[in-house]
Amino acid sequence: MTDSLLEVAGLGKRYPVRSGVFGFRELVAADEVSLSVKAGETLALVGESGSGKSTVGRCILRLETPSGGRVRLDGKEITELPESEVRKLRPQMQMVYQEPLESLNPRHPVGKLVAEPLFLHGIVPKSDIKRRVVELFRLVGLGEEHVGRYPHALSGGQQQRVGIARALASNPRLLVLDEPTSALDVSVEAQILNLLKDLQEKLKLAYLFISHDLAVVSMLADRVAVLYLGQIVETGPTRDVLFNSYHPYTRALVSATPVDHPRQKKRRISLSGEPTSPIDPPANCRLVPRCPFAQPVCSKVEAELASVDAHRSTRCVRFQREHRNGIWNPSE
Amino acid sequence: MDLPGIAASSEKAHSPQGLEQARESEEILRVEELRVEFHFPDSKVVVLAGIDLDVSMGEIVGIVGESGSGKSVTALSIIGLLRPPGVVTGGRVLFCGENLLDLGADEMRAVRGERISMIFQNPRASLNPVFSVGKVLREVLRLHSGLRGAAARSRAIELLSDVGLPDPETVLARYPHQLSGGMAQRAMIALALASSPQLLLADEPSTALDVTIQYQIIQLLSRLRKDRNLAQIVITHNLGVIAELCDRVAVMYAGTIVEEAPVGQIFDETRHPYTKGLLAARARTEGAGELESIPGQVPDMRNRPAGCAFHPRCAFATGICRTATPILEMSGARHKVACHRWKELA
Repeated sequence: MTDSLLEVAGLGKRYPVRSGVFGFRELVAADEVSLSVKAGETLALVGESGSGKSTVGRCILRLETPSGGRVRLDGKEITELPESEVRKLRPQMQMVYQEPLESLNPRHPVGKLVAEPLFLHGIVPKSDIKRRVVELFRLVGLGEEHVGRYPHALSGGQQQRVGIARALASNPRLLVLDEPTSALDVSVEAQILNLLKDLQEKLKLAYLFISHDLAVVSMLADRVAVLYLGQIVETGPTRDVLFNSYHPYTRALVSATPVDHPRQKKRRISLSGEPTSPIDPPANCRLVPRCPFAQPVCSKVEAELASVDAHRSTRCVRFQREHRNGIWNPSE
Repeated sequence: MDLPGIAASSEKAHSPQGLEQARESEEILRVEELRVEFHFPDSKVVVLAGIDLDVSMGEIVGIVGESGSGKSVTALSIIGLLRPPGVVTGGRVLFCGENLLDLGADEMRAVRGERISMIFQNPRASLNPVFSVGKVLREVLRLHSGLRGAAARSRAIELLSDVGLPDPETVLARYPHQLSGGMAQRAMIALALASSPQLLLADEPSTALDVTIQYQIIQLLSRLRKDRNLAQIVITHNLGVIAELCDRVAVMYAGTIVEEAPVGQIFDETRHPYTKGLLAARARTEGAGELESIPGQVPDMRNRPAGCAFHPRCAFATGICRTATPILEMSGARHKVACHRWKELA
């Protein structure tokens, strides 16, 4: 796919972890992660805590140095670039964080925080900065009266709007949104999700949307990549992945999401126990210790992410062997 | 699974008039006109403006609302854990007919330990980091059931396996930081159940947990209702958790209950504009497209709007909504709503 704005291939991130007196073991936070996002498109990276979804986002922005793999932005290889060159590319890719208050400097009025990237990257002439800040505030649904306020004097929703305005200041083409609404109240979350949708349409932004909330994902994302213990286990168009999941982990995730209505009946697939440690993960399929459908073959064969059709892929060994036209009912 | 403590503790002596006051035989908690203020050096802020709520044996009542709506303060006031600047300034908390607000600190501690328990959002933070799970559990068992030594240990193991912890003997030796979030919440629930309480207050019990673990905790609470007939108040901001778990729901906004009904009616016969807004605003896996958000934000309790506290955000507000506070009135056999215009809007 050459028209992708962001292309990631085989991205890995390993951390050494001290173990015992002399030994080191490896924590595999991201393993062979490949994905792509087009302009104006949202790819959701879904997973539970410890799945490595934030690490992937941070590696793409080079806030962390990946241990391996390639990241291309607009066809330009950025993996090997020195920090000084990456800095020049940063205006094009920005991040919005989960906790708006913690990501905003409490000592500055929010207008100054939004003006900062304008200064740093020389986006607009100095004389124009004030006008541009107000314009950005309007863009995210804030008014001129908010410019002089301090972060703590704003509500959670307003703080997140400032976070978004700050990310937009450098005219980025890609936003990495790391759980941007999970700290917000329901009514405010809806406002921010609608805002993100509008901004994407207006500015043709590409979103990498990191989330654990499938309901929110279904509302914002065009495509989904499901992450388990650092590996993508399933990718595809959002509705297909959520309503006809291939991988047992995706199925379990969908079935664990609370119902929309008390009368709604759901088929429940529960995983036993808790996610296995990402330190020295199992060699083959990482879900085997928890998977209700695991069979001996799952621990013997390497689980590879393989295409099922033009749009979808999964890492489940049994699915790949047993499915008929994308349908596999392991409980039968 | 069945525990001897339940039957025994419900037969404990109460004042005779207290028993009469319990209007239904199975009603276990009745909160009447509960008012709480926060007393600051320079001001007093009304945080709960008269809450009415009741819970029966084996019933799970959900309290849903956004941050600052007063859901946690309600639970803390019921169990007597409200701390300054919070002050209960009025109302009654009748537990098995007895007004808990009249009890002294020692008596209240006994109720809290033995008959009402509470679990919190962040289980690891509510466990003492320097004690192992086993140590804390044995201590609770010694205090409440007088169990010691091997008897306490085997009871502790029983409790841990009862809440679905695999390998309970290993868990006994662990410290809070050695537990995952889901395991810590299960351990907290085991602790809460150690005294065989009749009422469990759960404040956002699954919010800090991953989705698959959240569902396990929901299943566990649901099983406790069935197996032990345990009455529960579950506080959450997540309407999905409400839909999964609760029998009845109270919707709170700015320190008042604005609507209360059986869970099906809250979703199908929604009366209050705020409840309607909440239901429309939440992202759903089934739905797509634009969400209907509620304009504005939750009011600051120091500047509580006059009249109906929701009126500045309400699309249906008229003159009376700005001046008069609506009362929670019956709008159906089991449905209550606090809105001046619910009849016109229905």
